[in-house]
Amino acid sequence: MSAARARGEGPSAAYWTGFVVVVGALALSPLVLPEFWQRFATEILIWGLLAMSSDILIGYTGMVSFGHSAFFGLGMYGAAAALLMLRPPNLWLALAAGLVAAAVVAVFVAYFSTRLRDIYFSITTLVFSQIFYVIIFTWTEVTGGENGLTFRQPPLALPGLFSIPFTRNGLHWFVLAVVTVSYLLLRRVTQSPFGMVLQSIRENEPRTRAIGYHVERYKIVAVMLSGLFAGLAGALYAVQNKFAAPDFVLFLVSGETVIFNVMGGMGTLVGPVAGAAFFLLMKEVFSRVFYEYYLIPVGIIFTLMVIFLPQGLLGFLRRRLNQ
Amino acid sequence: MIPFDQIFVQIVNGLVNGMILALVASGLTLIFGIMDIVNFAHGDLFMLGAYIGTTAFLTTGSFWIALVASVVVMAVLGAALQVTALRPLLGRDPLTTILATFGLSLVIQNYALWQYGPVPRKILEPVSGHFRLFYVEYPWYRIVIALMSAAIIGALYLFMKYGKHGIWIRATTQDRVMAAAMGIPVPWVHTVVFAIGAAMAAASGVLFGPTVGINHAMGFDFTLRAFVVVVVGGMGNLGGSILASIFISLLESLATIWVSPAQAVIVSFVALILTLLIRPTGLFVPTPK
Repeated sequence: MSAARARGEGPSAAYWTGFVVVVGALALSPLVLPEFWQRFATEILIWGLLAMSSDILIGYTGMVSFGHSAFFGLGMYGAAAALLMLRPPNLWLALAAGLVAAAVVAVFVAYFSTRLRDIYFSITTLVFSQIFYVIIFTWTEVTGGENGLTFRQPPLALPGLFSIPFTRNGLHWFVLAVVTVSYLLLRRVTQSPFGMVLQSIRENEPRTRAIGYHVERYKIVAVMLSGLFAGLAGALYAVQNKFAAPDFVLFLVSGETVIFNVMGGMGTLVGPVAGAAFFLLMKEVFSRVFYEYYLIPVGIIFTLMVIFLPQGLLGFLRRRLNQ
Repeated sequence: MIPFDQIFVQIVNGLVNGMILALVASGLTLIFGIMDIVNFAHGDLFMLGAYIGTTAFLTTGSFWIALVASVVVMAVLGAALQVTALRPLLGRDPLTTILATFGLSLVIQNYALWQYGPVPRKILEPVSGHFRLFYVEYPWYRIVIALMSAAIIGALYLFMKYGKHGIWIRATTQDRVMAAAMGIPVPWVHTVVFAIGAAMAAASGVLFGPTVGINHAMGFDFTLRAFVVVVVGGMGNLGGSILASIFISLLESLATIWVSPAQAVIVSFVALILTLLIRPTGLFVPTPK
């Protein structure tokens, strides 16, 4: 992209046409899809946001986080806390509380984990997410333990203007708007000088350090940024499903997040969303054939993709998506 | 003040758990040391080994035959997995091996769920007596576990130190290219090491089986613990990971005096994080020059 930017050109018209078509199709989807698939589309968007957030670390900085469930889960419980404690429940405060909870955890995790590299980083993030899982699972008085928390869905409201309860479609459009804005923000970040430094850390860390960048500081900010958007996804999920459960802090969610990235194509932002859609679709199809054992074929396909298709489904579009 | 007998019982518990963990972790560290593979499926090999042990135990009725059968089956399966899934990844970023073995872990775990169902299974212990240890009746079998683990690890050590093929393995660990130049069949050494790792995981699974209910999700706990141990002990360092297993298990056992076992895991996680911050090369290895 830098070459195009240097010549004073923006992204190509083809890119924006594609962007409008995809967002338009997603916006129209609840009008044409049957009810089950409407819900499915909303879920894909939320998981896609989680996948995008981790792409900042995995794809752009080259740090494979196996602990994104901590940020997602804390975002979820943060939103839950706000919805349970505030009367009347307020959507914006719930999202804000989710973001704050995820941010606090992200500062903590980032401070420790960014001192380590490669697999040591992965193991540390995994271990941190398990620590939060154990705390949430065993602190029954506050978190509801194994049963989690349930609450009512807040209405879509602007103070003093209007307050309407969410309809099925309204929720989809709201989620779509949040995810689209997040995508544009994250895309802007990856193309900013900050994002360029992250990519340079991925390509050659010692050299980035030698040029004079404070690599650790950049990594800390990257983890926090990533954690923040993962927390947003968690808060959205809480609002959509009206519950928070410890299962979503478990490492399996982190593992799925990594799967989304690998399947879709790391370092493209759009790829991980496509990966999430592909994974959830496979899960849906295979669970009709193999019931609860759907992870057997999914695991085999994932392993094959790691070996034979390391670029992921959209990896071949990387240059065009990052222009 | 905590009564001394309680501390003593927990120390014995910690040592026994530490020996089992050492058996799992030494396979993991062997695989990492030689192939740079971070085996996410290691705990699942442990779990599958335990299940195969239950099947063999049901058909033959003998614990010791079940132990041997499970070890043999898992060694063959380990070799097959290495050849099909991991050999193509040789020379790629170690992170891709985490991903591939994570995929394998999902497959193995759900295969076990499918084959054996969600109800936990048990193997009968071959040694059933108890002896009195202060206020508890301590099962002899737990002592047998510790001794068996020590024997297997000792055998591995002797094999690595004096056996011809053990020397091949150490040579490949030190310098893959040079070993190949000296005529050592490096790809096969990798396969055999993975098979040995899987077999040791299976042995610990069968040995551990009688003390708990075997279920399809038990592997992850051990994967995580073995990771902790291998990092605390120093990646790829056999002696270090054995000491670290005992150290971590002692910490966890002593922590259960104050908190529930589920929360005691956090103690070992904190130990890991402190190790990584203070001494990232591992606690039980000499300072690298």
